[in-house]
Amino acid sequence: MSETEKTEFEPKIVAYVCNWCTYLGADLAGTNRLEYPSNVRIVRLPCTGRIDFNLIIKAFEMGADMVVVSGCHPGDCHYTAGNYHARRRWTLFRDLLETMGIDLNRIHFAWISAAEGKKFAEFITEITDTARQLGPYRAYREICE
Amino acid sequence: MIEELRQSCRKLLEDGTVNVVIAYGQSDPEGPVYPIFVTKPDDADKIVWNRQCYANLTTYLTRKEIKALGKSAILVKGCDARSLVVLEQESQVDRATVYVIGLACDGVGEPDLAGKCRVCEVHMPRAVDVTIGTAAEEQHDSQERYAAVEEFMKKSPEERMAFWKQEFERCVRCYACRGVCPLCYCNQCIVDKNRPVVIDTSASLKGNFAWNITRAFHLAGRCVGCGECTRVCPAGIDLRLLNASLARSAEENFNYRAGMDPETPPVIGTYNAEDKENFIQ
Ligand code: SF4
Ligand code: SF4
Ligand code: SF4
Ligand code: FES
Repeated sequence: MSETEKTEFEPKIVAYVCNWCTYLGADLAGTNRLEYPSNVRIVRLPCTGRIDFNLIIKAFEMGADMVVVSGCHPGDCHYTAGNYHARRRWTLFRDLLETMGIDLNRIHFAWISAAEGKKFAEFITEITDTARQLGPYRAYREICE
Repeated sequence: MIEELRQSCRKLLEDGTVNVVIAYGQSDPEGPVYPIFVTKPDDADKIVWNRQCYANLTTYLTRKEIKALGKSAILVKGCDARSLVVLEQESQVDRATVYVIGLACDGVGEPDLAGKCRVCEVHMPRAVDVTIGTAAEEQHDSQERYAAVEEFMKKSPEERMAFWKQEFERCVRCYACRGVCPLCYCNQCIVDKNRPVVIDTSASLKGNFAWNITRAFHLAGRCVGCGECTRVCPAGIDLRLLNASLARSAEENFNYRAGMDPETPPVIGTYNAEDKENFIQ
């Protein structure tokens, strides 16, 4: 890839977030006029417990370069324990992806509360930078062609 | 051992303890062994037990045709007994309505012993009502259990992805892996849902990846490693490797092995506030 192509690459990032914490955190970032890259497409779901792993696969199938999964901090889930259940599944799911040879640098997990607009903006900025450095995620896209 | 087995089955049918015995049959000693559903005491003589008895019969316990027959008895090897434990934990089988006949087992596979049998720790089945025969117990450590996974993980991610591409390319989406698995008992599988379509149903690489990831992950922390899915796959896909990688993850992260102990709560559907989260920002 030439240098010019590299600078022109804008990663597509899909963020699956829970309605009660991270979505409100993103909203707060907006109302506070904090800047963060527009590469991220936010998909709002009721709870991290509802973020099915098939959604992550779907994002990669549709050409995402990076996927973000984020919800309420432990102890703060609106449905008490959705995030605890999700956390266990993610642990197992990451190991499965690793065995499959899927790049774990392409999936990021975070706890971001409704009050953490700043954390949201910083987190998105940081992973967008990482995604730019990593370049397009072709490995999964190729199998979908 | 076989006479003792046939005798007990005959008796269970004669005295009405059960209406059906789910067992192994074989019409030709050189031919394949298949599941039989014995309802008449006289047919108990048709039951066989040998190294071709691969099938995990517990998969039939959740079928409505079998449930309709009433109380059942079932033959289980040690590995099959593990899936019965999971089925009970998941409220799919009412243990009180099933009479479980454990078979002491030195292993299946001819002439070579099946891979799972080389690291088997349940030659004498657990959580059964009666055990027929005796077999020597063995202990194995997790390194032996997951040797194939460890070896595979030495490859680079690109090599691993290339390997699965080669494997999944051959998948014809027959769903035999699902059909045979005792723990794939959903009334409607997600892959059959069409509003919306979650997983591409064509046998394309895209759909085959999504399907195989889904099958493996829906069995995360539940698969007991009976190996039936791998045995029946007409494409010879190494499903065992994926299953084992998840079993290894469940053991390493949560110290959990599916179906080994009815008292241990399952890893999925429970949680611990202190579970590790070093990958979450
Ligand atoms: S894994 Fe153990 S119980 Fe199962 S068939 Fe092999 S030796 Fe028998
Ligand atoms: S049995 Fe094999 S070929 Fe059939 S759907 Fe399962 S993985 Fe694919
Ligand atoms: S996934 Fe395969 S090995 Fe695991 S329980 Fe089901 S049939 Fe047995
Ligand atoms: S509601 Fe936010 S994680 Fe459950």
